[in-house]
Amino acid sequence: MFVNLKASLLALCAMLVMASSTAHAELVSVPPLKNRVTDLTQTLTPEQQSQLEAKLTTFEQQKGSQIAVLIVPSTQPEDIAQFAIRVVDTWKLGRAKQDDGLLILIAKNDRKMRIEVGYGLEGAIPDLTAKRIISEIMAPSFKKGDYYGGINNAIDVLIGLVSGEQLPAPAAKTGGAQGFEKMLPILIFGGLILGGLLRAMFGNFFGGTLTGGAIGILAWILGGGLLLAILFGIIAFFITLTGVSGLSQLGGLGGGGFGGGRSGGSDPFSGGGGGFGGGGASGDW
Amino acid sequence: MQKIYLKLFTALLVLNLTGCGYNKFQSLDEESKASWSEVLNQYQRRADLVPNLVNVVKGYASHEKEVLTEVANARAKVGSIQVTPEVLNDPEAFAKFQAVQGEMTSALSRLLAVAENYPNLKADQGFRDLQAQLEGTENRITVARNRYIETIKGYNVAVRSFPENLTAMMFGYKTKPSFTVENEKVISKPPTVEFGDK
Repeated sequence: MFVNLKASLLALCAMLVMASSTAHAELVSVPPLKNRVTDLTQTLTPEQQSQLEAKLTTFEQQKGSQIAVLIVPSTQPEDIAQFAIRVVDTWKLGRAKQDDGLLILIAKNDRKMRIEVGYGLEGAIPDLTAKRIISEIMAPSFKKGDYYGGINNAIDVLIGLVSGEQLPAPAAKTGGAQGFEKMLPILIFGGLILGGLLRAMFGNFFGGTLTGGAIGILAWILGGGLLLAILFGIIAFFITLTGVSGLSQLGGLGGGGFGGGRSGGSDPFSGGGGGFGGGGASGDW
Repeated sequence: MQKIYLKLFTALLVLNLTGCGYNKFQSLDEESKASWSEVLNQYQRRADLVPNLVNVVKGYASHEKEVLTEVANARAKVGSIQVTPEVLNDPEAFAKFQAVQGEMTSALSRLLAVAENYPNLKADQGFRDLQAQLEGTENRITVARNRYIETIKGYNVAVRSFPENLTAMMFGYKTKPSFTVENEKVISKPPTVEFGDK
């Protein structure tokens, strides 16, 4: 009697577990974004991957928009378009305000591919163009088994199309501002330490003036703009004049910690926060 | 001294408003309107494609009158519906909107199914271009609808959960209708094939 009950309970539990696990296993999970080229099928050789990777990295540095390639075995039971939108919603390719991301998705066993186009590039790459890239460039190569060639040529065309688009340049402007922002903590802590030293050597007023001048010039050199530099100089002057000596020691500590943090850290790839609205095209081979 | 009290009081009032979700409703309401606009936008885009599509099909399969008139009628209905932001607050108007767009969807899919029988039409570059555009638009509609459903979910949960529901009641925020799947299924039921002789 008991055994019977137990067995039936176990069976019930097993059924429940199976039901829930099948419910979970239904959708293909979105792989984490680490590189520009993610190949879950080992279709591309490491050299081919790094070649594509290098090309896409250079392009992002020049133009600012992000292109990623994802090769998965299958997107079943989902349609490739549904899977693609889930991927780009997670990865957020492209810059936040420009929405200039692109995803080339290939489901190898389903023999399907899709180019997902970010909002900001829908003008440069209308659905029609995406469809033609798929059917005229990718599909013929894929039929011959030349995956690298198809992807590479498609990327070339896409890069050409995006290059024709007026997008805000990434490197010069944002890079400069970022550089200055990165320097800001150093400027502040350095100023506090310098101020403490000079104040001890020259007294309140002269120490303050010297520190203010030095910080102002430094801020200017680092690309903060003249007004900002003067402002920084004045702030440094007053801080030194009033003598926040306790802070200067703290500044030394913080400066050391910051330097350590800055030295470590390569450049892992991550999305810039771009949005997608389902633009692009799908195809098969 | 009194000024400080006044400032404190205003600050408290503002905090209070945030606490009871008034500001939350503002942003959720705007969000739902924005995602609704996106849905409308994409449906409009589809409606704009229809005349060209019909013309191209007519060139090769002018005798498929039934399907062509069906599409034309659906297009006319879609055009006749007045879509205002108020549709969002009126479940009946919303249901009507959904029904009309659903008819359009099924009419279009029937048209494309018919087109399969005409190799010349299928090979026509213009038709293929339109097909690609239509495909892209349908996909955008799906995405926009899903995003709308998500936004409305957040909004409706806020309207109905305590204590925000008190605020919602006070300022007249009501739950908003969302897209349903069942309705869509009935409408986009595949056409029955009839071998009747005429």
